[in-house]
Amino acid sequence: MNDEDDIADIIQTLPLDGWHRDRGARMVPFAGYSMPIQYEGIIAEHLWTRESAGLFDVSHMGQLLVGGDGVDAALEAVMPGDFVNLGTDRMRYSLLLDDAGGILDDLMVTRRAGDFYLVVNGAMKADDIAHLHETLPEELVLNHLDEHALLALQGPKAVDALSRVCPGVETLTFMSGGAFTLAGAPVWISRSGYTGEDGFEISIPGETAEAVANLLAAQPEVKPIGLGARDSLRLEAGLPLYGHDLDTDTDPAMAGLGFAVPKRRRLEGGFPGATTVCRHLAEGAPRKRIGLILSGRQPAREGAEIFDGSVKVGTVTSGGFSPSLQVPIAMGYVDAGHADTNRALQIEVRGKRLDAVVAPMPFVPHRYVRQGS
Amino acid sequence: MTTYYTEDHEWISVEGGTATVGITDYAQAQLGDIVFVELPAPGTTVSKGGEAAVVESVKAASDVFAPVTGTVSEANGALEGDPSLVNSAPEGDGWFFKLTLADAAELEGLMNAEGYKAYCDSL
Repeated sequence: MNDEDDIADIIQTLPLDGWHRDRGARMVPFAGYSMPIQYEGIIAEHLWTRESAGLFDVSHMGQLLVGGDGVDAALEAVMPGDFVNLGTDRMRYSLLLDDAGGILDDLMVTRRAGDFYLVVNGAMKADDIAHLHETLPEELVLNHLDEHALLALQGPKAVDALSRVCPGVETLTFMSGGAFTLAGAPVWISRSGYTGEDGFEISIPGETAEAVANLLAAQPEVKPIGLGARDSLRLEAGLPLYGHDLDTDTDPAMAGLGFAVPKRRRLEGGFPGATTVCRHLAEGAPRKRIGLILSGRQPAREGAEIFDGSVKVGTVTSGGFSPSLQVPIAMGYVDAGHADTNRALQIEVRGKRLDAVVAPMPFVPHRYVRQGS
Repeated sequence: MTTYYTEDHEWISVEGGTATVGITDYAQAQLGDIVFVELPAPGTTVSKGGEAAVVESVKAASDVFAPVTGTVSEANGALEGDPSLVNSAPEGDGWFFKLTLADAAELEGLMNAEGYKAYCDSL
């Protein structure tokens, strides 16, 4: 047995594996699965998504259902979101926290008519399921939809493409969802995503994933897009990625995710790490997540150290080249005193100091279609 | 002029005592969109198998190694303004640097075009 056999034993395939390969995707191991990293090239795919509509396979992510009496209050005991007052078919970005307020994972939480639907990061789903089993009351039922695929259709023309084959989706607004029929299959669609663009996420039974993907990819606005462009899009959108920009050493205040802890929860507490998180939100956190735009064309990557003159003030957690802006951009954490916009800092890359400036995020404006807009 | 190839996907085109170095078409296809290339300054001594340049795609940075030992005589300034030349013409205008060979015998261990093609096919 050689190394490749070993890897094949560990790396799992998802419902659209053959579909991606047929379309020329380069497949790489990611979060335990073989996933498409790119088709024609990251920059072309990135720009296509910003101007038309990109179809992403994000089936590696974990889809969970939690149901039972008092499920909303029970979720409030493990996350800082306001779930008791969340309307049916509405969704919120939330966080699983440890007792010190450190971030265990970030996730999307939707209240549906009979249950809550959670979407968690692929690399974290086993840990998240174990954590929820341990912390939620035994009477609640937790189901992992491990046979389901998840597609994201993102971009300004996503609504044109999807509403043509699935009338009614155009009535959804950002962070709301509903049950629909698509390519003959029962699907759950939400108007959400992680690219900064308007778009939709579509949860489908695995056996109908190919039919749905074929129908969507046949629309003139749509091209399949790999995870490489998904990463550059979310970086331009200023959205943190778990395991890189978020981990147990960061809390919601440091990460700039105060919006995930609404006022009532700050006043009442009652979630893991509430004391620390609420203090940091009220008084300021010792470190802050910032955006950086670099001079020149050389990118700074995760792990590069950030300096103010001779003093090390932080570390880059995500970095790359922005296809939309044509400059290198990065995200990282710095000591709170160095986080103000327009401050000049330096990033060390292979022994060389690159000039950078603290920039407001998102780097590229969000284009969500919000309620009432 | 004879061209040789390394297992790390560099090419080296030799004419007399000087050579031009770049990365292969196979390498640029693997890396994807190139957005920046860091080149050695003229006068730098590079050693066979040692780091000589860095090529950055949208996503990641990769080292480029010197196929042989020598002294850099010229870096390709065109890559500063247009790093995508590495994608469009990897074995032409997208060359990285020229060097003066220290020991021509080091070329003997490298692959020729046919050998390199067979090597890529085996990957």
